[in-house]
Amino acid sequence: MTGIHHIIDTDAAMLRAAPMPRASLSRTQWTQVAEDLAGGKLTLLSLWGSKNHVYMALLDEALGKLGVVSLFCRSKHFPSIGLFHPAAQRLERAACDLFGLVAEGAAEARPWLDHGRWLLSHPMGEAGPAVPQPPYAFLPVQGDSLHQVAVGPVHAGIIEPGHFRFTVQGETVVRLEERLGYVHKGIGSLMHGASLARGVELAGRTSGDSTVAYAWAFSQAAEAALGAQVPARALWLRALMAELERLANHLGDVGAVCNDAAFALMLAHCSVLREQVLRACDAAFGHRMMRDGILPGGVSRDLDAAGVAGLRALVAGIAKAFPPLVALFDDTTSLQDRVVSTGKLVPDLARRFGAGGHVGRASGRNFDTRRNLPYAPYDQLEFKVPGRSDGDVAARVWQRIDEVFQSLALVTQILDRLPDGPIYAEPPAVGEQREGLGLVESFRGDVLVWLTLDAQGRVLRCHMRDPSWFQWPLLEAVIEGNIIADFPLCNKSFNCSYSGHDL
Amino acid sequence: MHNFLLQGLLRRPLTDKAPKVDPLAVEELGEAVKFAAYRRLGRSLSIRQVDAGSCNGCELEINALSNPYYDLERFGLHFVASPRHADVLLVTGPVTRNMAEALERTYAATPEPKWVVACGDCARDGGCFAGSYAIVGGVAAVLPVDLHIPGCPPNPTALLQGLLALIERAGTARSGI
Repeated sequence: MTGIHHIIDTDAAMLRAAPMPRASLSRTQWTQVAEDLAGGKLTLLSLWGSKNHVYMALLDEALGKLGVVSLFCRSKHFPSIGLFHPAAQRLERAACDLFGLVAEGAAEARPWLDHGRWLLSHPMGEAGPAVPQPPYAFLPVQGDSLHQVAVGPVHAGIIEPGHFRFTVQGETVVRLEERLGYVHKGIGSLMHGASLARGVELAGRTSGDSTVAYAWAFSQAAEAALGAQVPARALWLRALMAELERLANHLGDVGAVCNDAAFALMLAHCSVLREQVLRACDAAFGHRMMRDGILPGGVSRDLDAAGVAGLRALVAGIAKAFPPLVALFDDTTSLQDRVVSTGKLVPDLARRFGAGGHVGRASGRNFDTRRNLPYAPYDQLEFKVPGRSDGDVAARVWQRIDEVFQSLALVTQILDRLPDGPIYAEPPAVGEQREGLGLVESFRGDVLVWLTLDAQGRVLRCHMRDPSWFQWPLLEAVIEGNIIADFPLCNKSFNCSYSGHDL
Repeated sequence: MHNFLLQGLLRRPLTDKAPKVDPLAVEELGEAVKFAAYRRLGRSLSIRQVDAGSCNGCELEINALSNPYYDLERFGLHFVASPRHADVLLVTGPVTRNMAEALERTYAATPEPKWVVACGDCARDGGCFAGSYAIVGGVAAVLPVDLHIPGCPPNPTALLQGLLALIERAGTARSGI
């Protein structure tokens, strides 16, 4: 037992109901955390900065407890966590770009989000004029008959921008290096001084495919900080929207992964089911993606009887149409040939990076915020968290398939037990500065939102961490040794968010 | 698999009827459209989509255009992988500073005649991200925009209406010359 374990002691019930305590650490304690992260005793949930402090959210998976710690950065320096725990490296680079906080001893000094085009340096810290940057130095490669393939930021498909630098020998990828940050919108700085309404609008536009999860995580953080009571019906409607969002995304992804193996039939059928979900959501909640459906204090739209009937018909339709598609996936040998053993993520890496969502759960890290750090109404719902450990593209597809059935069952349960009552209660004014943490399971994994609200209830600092932060680096690892033609398959099987990551 | 293929032959298509085109959208195209160009292109347009900073919501709805309900290709509109094959750039998002050059270079790589369609509320003026240090502004801050399709994100019907307005204009242009 090290000296910092007593500060990782917030359990799920406290996390969800009250402001988040934060422990100020000494430099020695901070370094101890790095060792515990490296030793696998703790899981890093996030690392972020403010003007003069650096923060971490930490999880003790065995005990189901978590904590937020901070360190005052004397002359803007702090001991690097990434030096011991690689999962922190990109987060440290981002904190340096945005706040000018320097990770001492860091293995990596290159900027990450700052491409030298902002007209400012350290825009969220003590901003100064932009400093000219040398061209981005990709990692050097040496060896016989290696060549490089540069892809992006503008890709061939209808997807988000990012740059992939492949080093290839023959057809085999020996290294992939990602460069992200192209869709950095400065959401963190736009959050500064925002009202809760404006804050949740921005949160819901951080990663469009997870708009429900983000709006919920932001609302959770605000509600915990303010000690707000949310009406039961609102919480159940939130879960309903979250499961429909999961359903739509997983259905789309199952089709899209198969399409990247040139099996377009699956895409066509899955996209029909996805469209049916979106249309039912539109009819039930007034927006295909249920954008702006969740706000601090409750939800913005109630569900009427016609909406309920529409969703029940949807569930029945998918429950009938999806199993034959699963059989088609399972029985098509040419497709199986492409997905089985491709892009294998070993469980050890998934654990060390704290990879969430289908990426982690298909590689032996059976973590799901809905069960591990439960929040209402999931603490009252019955569900099992499926998991597997093969870790290849096929496993990630199967994981999604299992989760489609899980979400169908959850939607039915929620509709059966949806409580009556109000859908919104205005969060109270507390007249003092408060901090709160929100953690919600999106279709991609756990979305974390950490908020500081001022005495007037405005946002002082909002840090949002997409699950992709801990999945993107693993994509670099899984492609190694695969052929370059299998990269789209591997990439789609992860389906990381660019916008959620770049923020 | 045989069952799926057989169904494909026997079942009625899921495809929706073409939406009515908003006369205002056609109007908006107005002077921006070069008649002669349409004469050369006929009714078929190749679209290159560029995400210049979007939250990925617009991409989801643009992808939905290819599902059997909307079946964009029946109108002669199709998405292409390279700007060198494109007539139209369909640009989403507020343009981030980190993407501005890539967007300009994509435009430069697109052969004339070409049109730019700005897709979504952010693409008009930066939307809810306007004013950030990381945002240049809407698409018009970087490229000449011919048509804007509003929405957050625009749903597939709104996208279709916008894109069909482009072709509609082509039809009148052809008969008018």
